[in-house]
Amino acid sequence: MPESLAGFLSIPVLLFLIFALGAVSTAVSCVLTPNPVRSALFLVLNLFCVAILYLLLNAYFLAVVQVIVYAGAIMVLFLFVIMLLNLGSPERIPDQMKWQQPVAVGAGILLAAMLTVTIASSVPSFAPATSLPQTARRTTLDAREPGASQTMDNSAILDDIARRPETMGTPYGIGKNLYNPDKPWLFPFEMVSFLLLVAVIGSVSLAGRQTSEEKA
Amino acid sequence: METTYTIWQYLFTLPVHEIPWWAEVFRSILRVVIGLAFGLGLVPIYVWLERRMLGWVQGRLGPNRVGPEGLLQPIADVIKLFMKEDIIPTNVDRGLFLIAPIIALAPVIMSITVIPWNGSKSWGAVAPGLDIGILFLLGVASIEVYGVILAGWSSNNKYSLLGGLRASSQVISYELGMGLAIIAVLLMCGTLGLQDVVRGYDLRQPHEFVAGTVLNNGQGLINVLPLSGTGYTFYMLDWSSGFWDWNVFRMFPFGLIACVVYMISMIAETNRAPFDLPEAETELVAGFHTEYSGFRFGAFFMSEYANMAIVSTICVTLFFGGWLAPLGILNQVPISWIQALTQTPDSWVPWWANLINSLISALWIILKLFTLISMFILVRASYPRLRYDMLMRFGWKGLLPVALINLVLIAISLAVQHSFRDSLGTAGAWWVGQIIAWALMLAAMLVAFVSVRKSYASRQRDIASGEIPADSPIVRHPVALALPALTSTEK
Amino acid sequence: MSMTLARIPQSEFKPGQGVPTGIELERYYDPETDQETMTINMGPSHPSTHGVLRLVLELDGETVVKCTPHIGYLHTGIEKTMENLSYYKALVLTDREDYLSNLCNNLAYSLAVEKLMDVAIPIKAQYMRVLLNELERIASHMIWLGTHALDIGAMSVFFYTWQDRDLVLEIKEHLSGVRTKTSWICPGGLRGPAPTGWMQRVQDFLDYFPKRIEMYETLLTNNPIWIERTRGIGMITAEDALAIGVTGPTLRASGVALDLRKHQPYSSYEEFDFDIAVGQVGDVYERYRVRIEELRQSLKIARQAWAKVNAAGENAPVRSADRKIAPPPREELDTSMEALIHHFKLYTEGYHPPVGEAIGAVEGPRGEKAYYIVSDGSNKPYRVKIKGPSFYNLQALPRMTEGRMVADVVAMIGSIDIVLGDIDR
Repeated sequence: MPESLAGFLSIPVLLFLIFALGAVSTAVSCVLTPNPVRSALFLVLNLFCVAILYLLLNAYFLAVVQVIVYAGAIMVLFLFVIMLLNLGSPERIPDQMKWQQPVAVGAGILLAAMLTVTIASSVPSFAPATSLPQTARRTTLDAREPGASQTMDNSAILDDIARRPETMGTPYGIGKNLYNPDKPWLFPFEMVSFLLLVAVIGSVSLAGRQTSEEKA
Repeated sequence: METTYTIWQYLFTLPVHEIPWWAEVFRSILRVVIGLAFGLGLVPIYVWLERRMLGWVQGRLGPNRVGPEGLLQPIADVIKLFMKEDIIPTNVDRGLFLIAPIIALAPVIMSITVIPWNGSKSWGAVAPGLDIGILFLLGVASIEVYGVILAGWSSNNKYSLLGGLRASSQVISYELGMGLAIIAVLLMCGTLGLQDVVRGYDLRQPHEFVAGTVLNNGQGLINVLPLSGTGYTFYMLDWSSGFWDWNVFRMFPFGLIACVVYMISMIAETNRAPFDLPEAETELVAGFHTEYSGFRFGAFFMSEYANMAIVSTICVTLFFGGWLAPLGILNQVPISWIQALTQTPDSWVPWWANLINSLISALWIILKLFTLISMFILVRASYPRLRYDMLMRFGWKGLLPVALINLVLIAISLAVQHSFRDSLGTAGAWWVGQIIAWALMLAAMLVAFVSVRKSYASRQRDIASGEIPADSPIVRHPVALALPALTSTEK
Repeated sequence: MSMTLARIPQSEFKPGQGVPTGIELERYYDPETDQETMTINMGPSHPSTHGVLRLVLELDGETVVKCTPHIGYLHTGIEKTMENLSYYKALVLTDREDYLSNLCNNLAYSLAVEKLMDVAIPIKAQYMRVLLNELERIASHMIWLGTHALDIGAMSVFFYTWQDRDLVLEIKEHLSGVRTKTSWICPGGLRGPAPTGWMQRVQDFLDYFPKRIEMYETLLTNNPIWIERTRGIGMITAEDALAIGVTGPTLRASGVALDLRKHQPYSSYEEFDFDIAVGQVGDVYERYRVRIEELRQSLKIARQAWAKVNAAGENAPVRSADRKIAPPPREELDTSMEALIHHFKLYTEGYHPPVGEAIGAVEGPRGEKAYYIVSDGSNKPYRVKIKGPSFYNLQALPRMTEGRMVADVVAMIGSIDIVLGDIDR
């Protein structure tokens, strides 16, 4: 094995390859499986693979939240609905939207082209990665060297953590970045939560109106 | 001899960053083995305890023939399950049917990894020091239900399907309350690492890690330097620390409310009575595992009991001080005793002192665990089962608002404390924050009381107007009222 | 459910397309109501159908759209078999039809036969019959309470009630040597006098049992989960109940004060002081409370009956003096030829009631239990028709279950307290 390849195939890169491949294959299976329950399960697997990719990027928080929210809550609801409606195989439903197949192919090609262009323009070179920095494995407790500094200012540590790229995905990093009024993320974040609240109220009022009609 | 001692040091005593990779692999395997033994090895004992305890409550004996006091009965049952034929009914979705029990069992085993059994950074858990412990638990808990749903769906049995449906609707109704209760602890402690949660860690306060530091749980560190190289930290043995420092009593009563919400949700999480809807045997035969037999049924059975143990351990870790003793003095063998015994200098303690102290920690966590398991069993013996819609209503209208308001109050109290800390000191800020939160809590209770009162009054009006029947007492009729008296036909 | 799948017509299927690839549970789509339902078969072997009842439930989600009871899985042909047995031998079959209220069945049959033959029963035997019937009612209600609570998930109550029922069974065993199917009440009185110590045993039970009723009430009556599970569930109005023919506690819980012990007193019930427990709402909870109150009233009657039996004296006769229906005492056989002949005739050929018909009805634990007997003058009944209360009570079930959930169906089955042996016969 040439030196450069051995250097390239470090364990994180290998893991990335495995799970990236897994993510792609489960995504494809999710689309191609005729059985809706299996399709949903492939989507769950896909979410797991992506979560592991997040882990490889040191975005622990994102990884776990992906599992909790998507795999744990949303997909359970999906499965609930699929099972409740007892959807059979799609052969049984006549395909009423024949026009969508060519459109889908066109859209897919367009997306692939855009992705290629974007990636090609943004990645400068395929330089072999060495390995992830050691500091990535540090926890906040480990960050204080015992004996090195007996008294530490807490906020200084947190600010430092939030700034480091390898710890930006940790809970501390995300919290520090997201809720910092000096940074531009707080307003969009609050707007998104407000939007969700509006959606909840809207759905409640829609459902409520239906029941009142039923009563009448 | 020298080599043997070095290997011993590599395997057991030296800090993580000073050992070769194979020693770390050995340590990891050993920790996994301990964790698995803890998680699964105790399952037969829970089964035995449940059956004997139910027997005791219900005025019967329970299994008492196989082995002393019937202790080997669960083992015999497991052997029987192993030997039984593994029936796969026709027309099931074969692949999913086969992996569903595995999916049910795997997350339970996965959650063992983050549960700390002592405070050591290298031996304290399967994966000690993982700083996303709580999130990991939530993530794993959220995928546990897949096993049940898939078993219910793939069995091609309507009872199983209903069981799976019930499981999925149950999980979305209680898991929110459970998550919010856990987040309350997270907020109080300011950390996601479970070992730190037990220590009562609060990152918002500046810490001085020097000898004699008193942590939030009242424990004092006598030294943060790893003693005898294992990284096991000795705590100051202090009468002033104890159960009142556990998270359950923290920011009273908000820690307690979170604890109660969590404990109710954990019964729902494990599908135990009175929330055993997915497998309610009198309604759905056996619910989601109706079609399972042999060892696949055994896997479901085992996952239920292991899950019971895991959620209890999480409860112990989050709220009841994990490996800590109820009184600080009982936490470990005093270091002075050991030094007096071995005539060693202050900076060195023998390896067995650490071993004894970790065993004491393990003893406390197991004692607390069995207390909670007994609670599970007594609850099962006492209460009727809820109905499906009652559970949903209870989860959405009961647990969720309580947990949410609790969380908001904790956040308010913490924010107030934070802003008053500089001017009033820690204790003064605590009182200010808590008094404000208590006042808000009383206001919330008042609102709740008024709304309950209102609905009660409207119900009384409906009763008075005859729209709904009143809760009438049983009438005792000395003679017949509704029908004319019939003549006697007997001679 | 708004989203529905219409069935594909047969003509649109391609070969191999209809083969199920995964799970294809049968579904029925009703285009009129735009509802898709799932049919589920509950029973005949199901943990909470109390035997071999089979319910075909049509479910929309977990809500019951329609419930159809199917019976006949325990058909034993007891009525027909009785036509082929002499009156004396047919008695043992009455134990076996409603196997949880044996002595009440014995009494109903005996009353019918005694009415046919116009036999007078000694007063002590009548009091004993009352005492045994009330004990039987307590035992039967214990089984009802245990299984009902177990169905709703209160597991421990089941074991407690089973212990109490066992005490009654031990009393029966002490009396007759048989735990359940004693046939102790027979045409002409009782089989024999009570053995030594039996009265004491009954008294011990009567002293012990009130505490147990209190315990059950503590466990269930004010339990919020129990109330929530049973309150407002399985309502049936008095009119509906009367139209269907519901009897017993199920009817009384709906507000109709009908109790044969009051309205049509038999076996000296008119001498006893007791009340009828009557509810108003007619839901599962009301039926529960009515039965619990009945336990108290049964206890009250049993105490009075015990006192009356005790006052009647140990040597008072418990069998009719009419040798044509009741066998002579054992000691007479040694001295009297006539007694020997009677004994022989009675146990070989049996007795011949005159031509006619009679009905004997008692208030059993589940409701009115009646035996209608037609005699053609031979030693075997020409026709026996049993009126089983469970059969009528079960007919109220479809009306109760509409629009309720599966878990409620289980609670309702428990609350109407059916015995399949009583339904199928």
